[in-house]
Amino acid sequence: MSIGHQPVTASTEQEAPRVIRAPAVALRGVSKAFGYAGDRVWALDEISLEVGKGEFVCLVGASGCGKSTLLNLIAGLEKATAGTVERPGGDAALMFQDAALFPWLTVSRNVDLALRLRKVPKPQRAARVAELLELVHLEDFANRRPHELSGGMRSRVALARALAQERNVLLMDEPFGALDAITRDLLHDELERVWREANLAVVFVTHNVREAVRLGDRVILLSSRPGRVAEEFLINLPRPREANAPELANYATVITNRLREEVRRHGSDAGE
Amino acid sequence: MVATQANDPSFEGLELELSGLDRLDSGLPSRPSRLRRIVAAVWPKIAAIAIAIFLWQVVVWTGWKPTFLLPGPVATFKAMGTDHHALLQGAATTLERALEGYAIALVIGTLLAIAVTRLTLLRTAVTPLITGLQTMPSVAWVPMAILLFGLKPSAILFVTVLGSAPALAIGTIAGIDAVPPLLHRAGQILGARGIDRYRYVVLPGALPGYVTGMKQGWAFAWRSVMAGELIDQITGHPSLGILLATYQDQSLAPDMFGVIVTVLIIGLVLDGLVFSQLERAVLRRRGLLATGH
Repeated sequence: MSIGHQPVTASTEQEAPRVIRAPAVALRGVSKAFGYAGDRVWALDEISLEVGKGEFVCLVGASGCGKSTLLNLIAGLEKATAGTVERPGGDAALMFQDAALFPWLTVSRNVDLALRLRKVPKPQRAARVAELLELVHLEDFANRRPHELSGGMRSRVALARALAQERNVLLMDEPFGALDAITRDLLHDELERVWREANLAVVFVTHNVREAVRLGDRVILLSSRPGRVAEEFLINLPRPREANAPELANYATVITNRLREEVRRHGSDAGE
Repeated sequence: MVATQANDPSFEGLELELSGLDRLDSGLPSRPSRLRRIVAAVWPKIAAIAIAIFLWQVVVWTGWKPTFLLPGPVATFKAMGTDHHALLQGAATTLERALEGYAIALVIGTLLAIAVTRLTLLRTAVTPLITGLQTMPSVAWVPMAILLFGLKPSAILFVTVLGSAPALAIGTIAGIDAVPPLLHRAGQILGARGIDRYRYVVLPGALPGYVTGMKQGWAFAWRSVMAGELIDQITGHPSLGILLATYQDQSLAPDMFGVIVTVLIIGLVLDGLVFSQLERAVLRRRGLLATGH
């Protein structure tokens, strides 16, 4: 597993030139409508984007930008009304807004279920579960049930479970939205580390611009109603990143301003 | 500071911080000892029973009815002592019939519920029917059962199944409907399809509702079997229903009261020791039971 990142030096302005990677996910002209003929609402309009293998892409947008719909399309849970969704990287794992753990199973059984449903033979499963729980630092909580854990711990179990699916693509739908700021900061560090080790392509949906800039190689800003790609930002910051770095704040300011512009557009629409 | 430690390439700082947060977040109150819990759960019930028996005695003392019609607790318990052989035998027969009917109802109710939750058309069609069946008093089925099956145990079994299966089906349907959509999606994304979907997501998710249905189904089975036995008196099979009718015919009020108390005890014991415990265990495992209960 190669990490391929420069060592951190305080003054680095840019990383090594961005490698053009083979795509793990490719969307071409994807549109999605809900409702019946005559009364259709377009959630997504002509979205085209690629996520390279091992790339971390964040999608940000205000309410109604179809972020979750987009993830469902990539995951194959919904079908596009028009356009094509390709997954050269294979099927995707998905982490939900809420950890969505099975409350009747212990932590280790939750992770184990992902392996079991992939028909991994039993002797290998126990070792893999232990490995994954260690990866998210939850080995001491293997026999607890989800309701006995904090929100942050549940998110980490969900992450371990998603990793147990052994996919090359991980989709994350505002996975840390409900967590307190301290826990979220730590989970960002944790996720960055796991992502680097597992060499995953990640599509991370959030409405938090700071979070997007903290994590993403690229941040894609979506406009709302219908969702379109408004602008794309390359986040040229070395990793591991520091949540409070001023460069990070600069990026966040630029993107937030652009996001506000989008939101204002809707305000003037309403006045007509 | 959080951020600078996270920049440590070894991530040791991160690990420490995470485990620190985990400790802070996951403090669980320790559970009181087993004996304590049992004592706390049992004494109010015993007190309630004692008060009920005392009130019964008070009614007898008022002389509202002569004691050969309304015997007191002491006379009743004495009669139970004398009749204990017949009571035990009768209880065994009745209990066996109830359990047999309950087992059949369990299978029918569960399969019906799965079918109903899978097929929208079936749900629209039969849900009102199932609810209607549940409100039907069991006694009303007995004449029909006797016509169809004669004065045989199968008639009682028929009534028991009809009484119990709708309650089980309704509980199971409610249980399956209560599985959060998010868990269905999680199951789907993990690749749980077909039988696996039922085995790993739907049925375990429905378990709390299912257990409630099981408990209700048992109550209905026990009631129905008594209704059946009271009317469909099969000679040569001493059951609680037959004992009840016989003691009434012979005006043996204390003995008759003894049968009623026996029926009550069996109902209370099965509900309290089997079904309620099962229900609580399921809810506790999922954190759906408030602590301290």
